[in-house]
Amino acid sequence: MVSFVAGLDWNIFFQPAFDGSGTYLRFLLIGLAWTILLSVTAWILAFVIGSIVGVLRTFPGRLLPGLGAVYVELFRNVPLLVQLFLWYFVLPEIIPGLGTWFKQALNPLLQQFVSGVLCLGFFTAARVAEQVRSGINSLGRGQRGAGLALGLNLPQVYQLILLPVAYRIIIPPLTSEFLNIIKNSAVASTIGLAELSRQAQQLGEFTAHWYESFIAVTLLYGIINVTVMIVSQFVERVTRLPGYLGGRK
Amino acid sequence: MYQFDWSSIPGALPYLWQGMLRTLQITGVAVVVGIVLGTLIAVARLSKSSILSNLAALYVSGFRSVPLVMVLLWFYLLVPQIISSLFGQPGLDIRLLSAFVAFALFEASYYAEIIRAGIQSVSSGQVSAGLALGMTSGQTMRLIVLPQAFRRMIPLLLTQAIILFQDTSLVYVIGLAEFFGVAYNTGNRDGTLVELLLFAGIVYFVICFAASMIVRSLQKKLVS
Repeated sequence: MVSFVAGLDWNIFFQPAFDGSGTYLRFLLIGLAWTILLSVTAWILAFVIGSIVGVLRTFPGRLLPGLGAVYVELFRNVPLLVQLFLWYFVLPEIIPGLGTWFKQALNPLLQQFVSGVLCLGFFTAARVAEQVRSGINSLGRGQRGAGLALGLNLPQVYQLILLPVAYRIIIPPLTSEFLNIIKNSAVASTIGLAELSRQAQQLGEFTAHWYESFIAVTLLYGIINVTVMIVSQFVERVTRLPGYLGGRK
Repeated sequence: MYQFDWSSIPGALPYLWQGMLRTLQITGVAVVVGIVLGTLIAVARLSKSSILSNLAALYVSGFRSVPLVMVLLWFYLLVPQIISSLFGQPGLDIRLLSAFVAFALFEASYYAEIIRAGIQSVSSGQVSAGLALGMTSGQTMRLIVLPQAFRRMIPLLLTQAIILFQDTSLVYVIGLAEFFGVAYNTGNRDGTLVELLLFAGIVYFVICFAASMIVRSLQKKLVS
């Protein structure tokens, strides 16, 4: 164990990277930047779609909640890797016009990034939708009825009464979905996007310093995790609802 | 319009079936080892000894903060080295063994959290009653708390197994061909990647959707 630790060569991070982008430290930080950019962009998409689908599932009637349920089941029951390959390899082939444009007009890096964002966004939206739905349902039917009785229409009831409270209740599960999207973004390494775990593999392949590379990247993922948790604890404290234990139901 | 060509699927079905068996094999090993190890970790996490409970917490949060892709790559790096230093060079399938170890240890951290919540959902009066009857705390845990906790946890444990079944497709990153890997390789070889990927997606959907329906009806039965 001791000899193993002594055998690690950390100077590798100050040597020039094989692709001429600078040192290997910079090489890993580029990966970190892609991981964060991919996760945050996909998260915004997931939040918007997830909110719409989640709200649909709480609407009266059968058609709209049914559509929401189909969305959730579809994206929850196909593995993330398969979804990514469908976005990246299959959709550009089978969609006429748009697919050809995607393959010809965008450079490879942008193709990888767009596929990654769409995949992670639509995948995570199904989970966000379930959280939004359970947040709204936890409020009780009285709130909706009271809003309607006061003369608000349904969109107003959602916008002014249900959603502001529901979002505050579901901040903790949304935080863990955000942590999941960061971890899931590692799957984008399979289509060649130069995010953190892709860079770790490249570094290992070109320098044979696998352990140094994996240790550094694992620590970076740990640091991202801790940072997100500290920020979310702050957000939770600020938005905590009076009357709810720790803001969580 | 895209011309679909499904012709390479019928001939590939035996290989796809072999791949599916491998997928189920990895899932099965990870579920069994994961639940056993997860139970031990959950009990350690709740133990009075602060060393044990901190170690268990470290295990759980360590595995849960790293992407599964990295965990698989880590064990594909570590397992061959450990095996060769212990046994020399045996004729084992090193990729499969790495996948078994990675999934079992990784899933244990997820199962541990489910099981811990299950144990905590058993009311403390049950523990007091067990101790009052003269049982040791180990006996109380084994004979009174765990059976009730597991009964409540069955739907969650099964849902986690469905997620795990989907996640096994990620062994693609260490070049192991389970169901998804076979589908991808076949499509790549025959120039029918579009059809094979769609086929794989449909198969996963049908299996996982059916399984989650069964879990849901089971959940209703357990609640009533």
